[in-house]
Amino acid sequence: MTDAGGASPMGAVLVVGGGISGMTVALEAAEVGKDVFLIEKNPYMGGRVAQLNQYFPKLCPPSCGMEINFKRIKNNRKVRMYTMTQIKSVTGDAGNYEVTLETTPRLVNNNCTACNDCVGVCPEERDNDFNFNMDKTRAIYKPHEMAMPMKYVIDAKACTKCGKCVEACKYDAIDLDMAPKTFTLNVASIAWSTGWNPYDPAKMDNLKFNESDAIITNMMMERLAAPAGPTLGKILRPGDNKEPQSFGFVQCAGSRDENHLEYCSYVCCMATMKQITYIRERYPEAPIYVFYIDLRTPGKYENFRAKLMDDPNTHFIKGKVADIVPEDDGSVTMVAENAVTGEKIRQNVDLAVLATGMEPAAQGLAAGFGAEVDSNGFIVSNEDKAILSAGCARKASDVVTATQNSTAAALKAVQASRR
Amino acid sequence: MDKKKQAYVCTGCGIGDALDIEALTGMISSEMSVDCKSHAALCSKDGRAFIEADIKDGVNTITIGACSLRVMQDEFDFGEDKIVTRANLREQCAWCQGEDADAEYVQELGSDNMRMAVVKADKQDLPEPYQLEKITKDILVMGGGIAGLTAAKEAAKAGYAVTLVEKAAALGGKALGWRKQFPTKAPWTDLQEPTIADMVHSVESDANITVKTETEVARIAGAPGVYKVTFKAAGTASEWDAPAKVAVDEQDAIDKGDVEDPNAGKNPYMQENPEAVDFGGVVLATGWKPADVSEYEHLGYGTLKNVVTNAEFEKLAKAGKVPAKVAFVQSPGGKDDDKDFPYCNSVTSMVALKQAKYVREDNPDGQAFILYQHMRTPGHMEMFYKGIQDDDGIFLTKAAVTKVEESDAGLTVSMQDTLLNDDVSLDVDMVVLAAGMIPTTKDEATINLAYRQGPAFLDLDLFEGYADSHFICFPYETRRTGVYACGGVRKAANMEETIDDATGAALKAIQCIESVDHGVAVHPRSGDKTFPEFFFQRCTQCKRCTEECPFGALDDDEKGTPLPNPTRCRRCGTCMGACPERIIGFKDYNIDMIGSMIKAIEVPDDDEDKLRILALVCENDAYPALDMAGMRRNKINNLVRVIPVRCLGSVNMVWIKDAMSSGMDGVILLGCKYGDDYQCHFVKGSEIASKRMENIGETLGTLGLEPERCATRQVAITDYDKIPDIINEFVEEIIELGPNPFKGF
Repeated sequence: MTDAGGASPMGAVLVVGGGISGMTVALEAAEVGKDVFLIEKNPYMGGRVAQLNQYFPKLCPPSCGMEINFKRIKNNRKVRMYTMTQIKSVTGDAGNYEVTLETTPRLVNNNCTACNDCVGVCPEERDNDFNFNMDKTRAIYKPHEMAMPMKYVIDAKACTKCGKCVEACKYDAIDLDMAPKTFTLNVASIAWSTGWNPYDPAKMDNLKFNESDAIITNMMMERLAAPAGPTLGKILRPGDNKEPQSFGFVQCAGSRDENHLEYCSYVCCMATMKQITYIRERYPEAPIYVFYIDLRTPGKYENFRAKLMDDPNTHFIKGKVADIVPEDDGSVTMVAENAVTGEKIRQNVDLAVLATGMEPAAQGLAAGFGAEVDSNGFIVSNEDKAILSAGCARKASDVVTATQNSTAAALKAVQASRR
Repeated sequence: MDKKKQAYVCTGCGIGDALDIEALTGMISSEMSVDCKSHAALCSKDGRAFIEADIKDGVNTITIGACSLRVMQDEFDFGEDKIVTRANLREQCAWCQGEDADAEYVQELGSDNMRMAVVKADKQDLPEPYQLEKITKDILVMGGGIAGLTAAKEAAKAGYAVTLVEKAAALGGKALGWRKQFPTKAPWTDLQEPTIADMVHSVESDANITVKTETEVARIAGAPGVYKVTFKAAGTASEWDAPAKVAVDEQDAIDKGDVEDPNAGKNPYMQENPEAVDFGGVVLATGWKPADVSEYEHLGYGTLKNVVTNAEFEKLAKAGKVPAKVAFVQSPGGKDDDKDFPYCNSVTSMVALKQAKYVREDNPDGQAFILYQHMRTPGHMEMFYKGIQDDDGIFLTKAAVTKVEESDAGLTVSMQDTLLNDDVSLDVDMVVLAAGMIPTTKDEATINLAYRQGPAFLDLDLFEGYADSHFICFPYETRRTGVYACGGVRKAANMEETIDDATGAALKAIQCIESVDHGVAVHPRSGDKTFPEFFFQRCTQCKRCTEECPFGALDDDEKGTPLPNPTRCRRCGTCMGACPERIIGFKDYNIDMIGSMIKAIEVPDDDEDKLRILALVCENDAYPALDMAGMRRNKINNLVRVIPVRCLGSVNMVWIKDAMSSGMDGVILLGCKYGDDYQCHFVKGSEIASKRMENIGETLGTLGLEPERCATRQVAITDYDKIPDIINEFVEEIIELGPNPFKGF
């Protein structure tokens, strides 16, 4: 890895987004010998997968593969990595783009050793967006447990510039007056790997996300189950920290729905299967109700599903949840109709999980910088223009498919640098 | 290299508070004969200048006692001509002890960490990359369907010469028989005209691509950069066909004439064919075969006329008109099982939708019935599904199909649990079964490697015959370096996914070739310039390295001595761990180095409380977990001394003996999960290590030492809150056993 600065080499590729897809595009191209600029808007690399507790179907921690990718980045001088950085403008054409970028001030410089002395003295708090605001950090914080780079950051909105951290820091690592930095690169191609956001659950009025703490999203469940999450891996109901005695899953929460996301988000069925294993590990007997339209666990995922279907306390009901009713005791009642039997169902549960879909994160942004965006908001890969897309910026997919097409995007970038 | 050594201790980040720095630097300077200085923040500009000043004076071998080697790599990078080793005095000493820790014990921990790092610097050399005299950058693509055509075209576009081999007379594969193909762009509602003819044309007219039709690969010998490939006429047998692997006991049976020799008429795998063609990398894209579905007797395939597979229906549709009333059965399990047919993935759901369209196109009053358990149209394909739902001649329902039988009306399909009624029967002209796509790798070696470990990909059973990878983050990584599978051999996929997959496989082949050209490793130790070196004069031909290498990097030479193929090697060191003669090592990682580090640990022989436990830990998962434990200020038992290893597979049992004979009281190995859901990045390392540890337990037993003194534990990188207890539990067991009785001898 090399830090910012220096003239742009010929035929370089700019990778926008440093999640698993962006890191894959960057590394696969760099390991062929291409120069890569990898930018990420967050103060850390890893994107969405950094928030996942485990991958399906192996139930292995994503940080294991990320550790390898981080090592590959650190060891490869062809990759230049910039966090907290976004595109400001793009001019030129295929083989010869000029891109202006802006880095938001981290307010912590490279002297930071991650010693943690600053956190103890910081009087201000902020909602921890990494944990979907289920806990708080100080205004100066480590982005997450396995953050890369392992540098702290200050949330400028929460910081009052009291200067206590500056005093506490022995390494002169805090610069409260750090200014934004703008710089320009010349690249042959641009690969968009800007990933996805969970579909905003508040947009589905009937699912009452904002009306009860007992209604969470599947991404919140990932954080609840994570060892370094807000509950240190215990699955507790937000708000009252109750150990839920029953669970419900609402599949296609926003997906396959013409009022929301028309497409299928690909991963939510498998994510639910995986999260059933999280629950089973902690609550071996708790009843679990899964309301679905179809169980999309094709191919090698069928065996994973089959194991869960045998559990007598896990009930799969074909039927879309029409309504969720918050109850006075903190629980919620899920209302649905069984599509096969016609039976009307009102199922009370202590915790309801919305299997919210994927919404492409950078649709507007990418379109503004010359990328073609399809009717669902995903970025179309255009090799003639050398504007490429990869991972979930390109289509809803699981990690394997995302890394496959990211590897493909790397070859397109290699080809573009020959022009 | 002529080493000029210098050691440094950083006092920042609490290290200076936890340790008596003067005593530490003094100890290193006197005891280790390497001058040792301290600095308040070695990673700072000033700290680096402090080190650089010594480098100007000729220092080239540097030991830094500071934070973990996982951080501040750039800060402590002083160029490729310097040796730098790091002692972890922060995460795994100062930060994991707590305020109430006994200062004497903490000091001993820090001192041992420094001693080991100084010895490590002493015992390693700068790497010299393995460079082949001559390499070929040409790429071989096996299979001329969509995947192979794509891989060939994309590799050629990147400037590489490609040879594309197809066993049929024409390129195009299965797609030649398609009437229409799935939508690939917004609004994803309309079927598209096949593009296969264009793809074939563009490959055939590409000057960088040589096409060989009616040709198969008899064998692939050699290694990345220097493959030697023998071609043969399709469907023929050749003396150069890759021999099957024959185990020693099987060979005995063959020699006795009890068993037929599977390799009769084939040249040995090591025999070189002078007419073989040179290649640098291989893409395997031999695709799939339609599944036989006659085992599902209730569905009538093979016994009832007009019960056909989806592949057969496509042929009918391509040739002419399809019947007017057709049922498409997606799941064979009736009421008992809601799985799709095997080897389907989500492709067959989409194929049924496509073929339902044919029924409508060909018949003004056509009716198609799609009977599914779960309709699988992921991503944008949902839009195609939605469009189909608007067609009032296509009926879709969840259904458990229980029987297909002949009737006056033609065929009658019986089903239960539908969205309409409980029991429904349906009269149709034809029933189409959603048969799966069997990978060509399922029943044949296909890749035909002339390797000692056999001609096929390993672990095919884990993936039901697919030549797939087990790594979610790294889907192209298999146990055969330089060979990258894509398309139908990897999973049942649609055209769009196949094209992406094949493009990715082409990239990986190119990347492997370029890495070979630079003499560096590919994933997961990408860029590593070291490689295993063998001192063959002392080899006893026991073949453990050859057998245990997860990547089949070793063959035999004509005398039966292991023959390394360094460009197949991934640098895990499993061979080094396997070798009982200890003749295998890397420039910066070898038996002597780790053994000397272990011996550098000071073992008090007069204090029963100061037990010493050695922990050899996987550097990718367990070591970061230990670091994280430190970052979270979890307490790690300070009787334990940690040495990171490339993979547990590289742990040579002599290190265990070194530890026990130097008076240490126990050894614990911390590595990745193994088994069917293995997480080991070198596939077999942790599994092999645990087997070796079982055996050494027995050896210890014969020496009068308790086998319990040696243990292996599986930990994940996220086990940072569990790892202190895992270690403590082991230490408690050792305390229970008491000190090593050989201590002090």
